[in-house]
Amino acid sequence: MKVILSSEGTSLESRLDPRFGRCTYFIVYDSSARSFKAIKNSGAESNQGAGIAAANQAMEEGVEAVITGNLGPNAYSLLQKAKVHLYKSDAVTVKRALELLEKEELSLLEGAGRAHQGML
Amino acid sequence: MKIAIISGKGGTGKTTISANLSKLLGMDYIDCDVEEPNGFLFLKPEIKERKNVVQNYPKINQENCTLCKACVNVCQFNALAKAGDEIMVFEKLCHDCGACSLVCAGNAITMWPRLVGIIETGYAEGKRCKRGVLKIGEPMAVPVIRALVSELGGNDCILDCPPGTSCSVVASIKKADIAILVTEPTKFGLHDLLMAEKLVAMYHLPFGIIINKDDGKDNVIRRHCRKDNVRLLGAVPFSREAAKAYSNGEMLIDQEMFKKVFLYIAEKVREVFS
Repeated sequence: MKVILSSEGTSLESRLDPRFGRCTYFIVYDSSARSFKAIKNSGAESNQGAGIAAANQAMEEGVEAVITGNLGPNAYSLLQKAKVHLYKSDAVTVKRALELLEKEELSLLEGAGRAHQGML
Repeated sequence: MKIAIISGKGGTGKTTISANLSKLLGMDYIDCDVEEPNGFLFLKPEIKERKNVVQNYPKINQENCTLCKACVNVCQFNALAKAGDEIMVFEKLCHDCGACSLVCAGNAITMWPRLVGIIETGYAEGKRCKRGVLKIGEPMAVPVIRALVSELGGNDCILDCPPGTSCSVVASIKKADIAILVTEPTKFGLHDLLMAEKLVAMYHLPFGIIINKDDGKDNVIRRHCRKDNVRLLGAVPFSREAAKAYSNGEMLIDQEMFKKVFLYIAEKVREVFS
């Protein structure tokens, strides 16, 4: 399964970014190959609709799940419709969030956060 | 003559200056601050006409749609996205540019109108007052401001502009001949005043400054005017009476002390810009 995580950096030791649309990087993790890559979040620089741009990018990577802190209303409805699994995590690092996913200890994101939360 | 009242910093007193000056000079009052238009609270016009402002957004005919994503890729505003086997539209992000319908090879996009705000026209003691009112929840003020500014005609008017120096201010000053920059004697006031000065310079608008909530001292704004040779058109004193009148929706020029101040400003405006 391919998973995308919002991250502050480019390694598995990076901090998990609680923001989705405005995070700096995404870590795309492939659980069957046990490999990962880091990509820049193009949504972070968009003037508007950052969450939508970020969600587009996630879908382009063909991921089946997202792990982040919060999702805005637009990204939430978009990823829901695309049937991507949405997980919430307040883990400090990307690595820790992946461990929790493996142990099936992550909870599903229930509902969207406020709009523009990640801009503050 | 069309006079734009701008400030950079919010809360410096644009509406107070605009409403009082328009009444004193007998010019139309135009409230371009469509996100929070409050000038009518002071001028109390009787509203005679309401007009809808609409903007188009794409509707996708899913039957004709081949999911080619050409529309998603061309959209500069992230208003479109592919989710599974359908294209989702986020209408509030749409700028009505029409690019999506141009690139759609399957003829699956039709542009539909939706209401984004209204324009109200009224009269207060015979003077024309207009304002744009952005629909609550709408993120973009510019379409409503553009519609408002497009119907000003040839009348002299005071344009009560939004705060800041961004798109909505640029749209508001489109038809202005001169600008009055309202500021307050604080560091924030000066900082944002300098941004507003840069903006009016870009649009080659002659301008002058009014200090509101003035302490009467040789403050940061007075020093700036002297040092950079900027015209000072007048100063409204900081006072409890002004705040009281404001909070009761009263005009400052109804009080003798303030009427003098505004008469001086009006005279100065005529002298400097005629």
